[in-house]
Amino acid sequence: MLRKTFEHEIQQVKDDVLLLGSMVEQAILNTVDALKKRDIKAAHEILSADKLINKKRFDIENKLMILIATQQPMAHDLRLLASCMEIISELERMGDYAKGIANINIRMGDAPLLKPLIDVPRMAQKGVDMLHRALTAFVNEDVETAQKIPVEDDEVDALYNQIYRELMTFVISDPTTMERANWLLWVAHNLERVADRVTNICERTVFIATGEMTEIKSTDDEFWKQQKNGG
Amino acid sequence: MNNNSDHKYVIETHDLDIYYGTFKAVTDVNLQVERNAITAIIGPSGCGKSTLLRAFNRMNELYANSSIRGDVCFNGQDIYAREVDPVEVRYRVGMVFQKPNPFPKSIYENIAWTARIHGYKGKMDEIVESSLHQAALWDEVKDKLHQSGLSLSGGQQQRLCIARAISIQPEVILMDEPASALDPIATLKIEELMQELKKNYTIVIVTHNMQQAARASDYTAMMMLSRDGERSGTVIEFDETTRIFTNPKDKRTEDYVTGRFG
Repeated sequence: MLRKTFEHEIQQVKDDVLLLGSMVEQAILNTVDALKKRDIKAAHEILSADKLINKKRFDIENKLMILIATQQPMAHDLRLLASCMEIISELERMGDYAKGIANINIRMGDAPLLKPLIDVPRMAQKGVDMLHRALTAFVNEDVETAQKIPVEDDEVDALYNQIYRELMTFVISDPTTMERANWLLWVAHNLERVADRVTNICERTVFIATGEMTEIKSTDDEFWKQQKNGG
Repeated sequence: MNNNSDHKYVIETHDLDIYYGTFKAVTDVNLQVERNAITAIIGPSGCGKSTLLRAFNRMNELYANSSIRGDVCFNGQDIYAREVDPVEVRYRVGMVFQKPNPFPKSIYENIAWTARIHGYKGKMDEIVESSLHQAALWDEVKDKLHQSGLSLSGGQQQRLCIARAISIQPEVILMDEPASALDPIATLKIEELMQELKKNYTIVIVTHNMQQAARASDYTAMMMLSRDGERSGTVIEFDETTRIFTNPKDKRTEDYVTGRFG
């Protein structure tokens, strides 16, 4: 087999993407946990961890750039490296959502949670679970799995819907809860976006394996339609 | 020969086999060369790329014992038909070689002499200047037209050969590894020039440099030796260049363009 060195470097990039992915998964779980416990110190740790995520992303991007410049990848190699560029950017943004939740946690200060968090951790768990399987599918170039995962986004959207309705009930019955409800709605929104970005990663996996660039499924439109119709 | 430039493809081959004696060097090629486009032929060494290219203007006949089966059409007309004069074919389908081969004459005469031989009756200064302009060489040589063509650098000599080829206004220019003896800057100049030339001509280029095919061509034909015992070259995939280099259909093309086979 020619290009042993290149093969090795490609494998390293894939490992790096997985590593970045697990940093993001951890950040999402930790940030929701910190919120649930109203642990401000832990929230600050999320902010520091996000800096590491950003740095890791830049490191991978740099490696990719060097590989593209020095190895001049073609065909499958080209699709893989170009897609990694996209995937690490998706992961980094997911890290930002975790950071956003940590910031909300910090801004809430001493204010107690409007309600105990039940569906929010569920959303986080579901999103992280989807992300983990999406990254496994990416490494294995498993098209079938990559095409199935985005469908599960509906579950995340359903949880978001439920949280939305519940928070609205609070606000209607007691308008002074507005700000605290709004905070939680933003938390849920961030988690909803995580799942959307998992879909983008799955689309890249299909592209790497087949060369076909297609949108697998967009449930966003459906979601907003439901909101408009009164949910 | 036909002047039918309405014909969709300038060059078309049908079930083309090319032989050297009894050795079948190229098998069963069906290729369409689009007008005013650059078509690249790539593939590992010895797979018949240059042999196929030379069949497009009957240059193969200059080699002993060469023969073909099937046909090669130029504007829809079989160029191997009995009544066709091979000299006229080569006049319409010009060629530029790997190693620059200017005549040991002045820059001016390299073009003027060629034009004269082909019966050009117009103003000689005009054809010399316009050919050198088209080959993007004029500015570099306008003050030394009467120096020997061999005094130029390799890249300039190659552009002089291109100027000479277009001085007789062919429709097609065949290029056999035109930049493989040149440095990267001279190579880029040739590639830039090809983009200009395709507005007026059709170009078919054989290249070992895959980046060059990817950068410079519109269509790419991937050649390879057949896997059976015959070991004869054939086109295994022909498609738009962007497709060949981003998502080829044939596994062997994929392996070749990604550098895993060759």
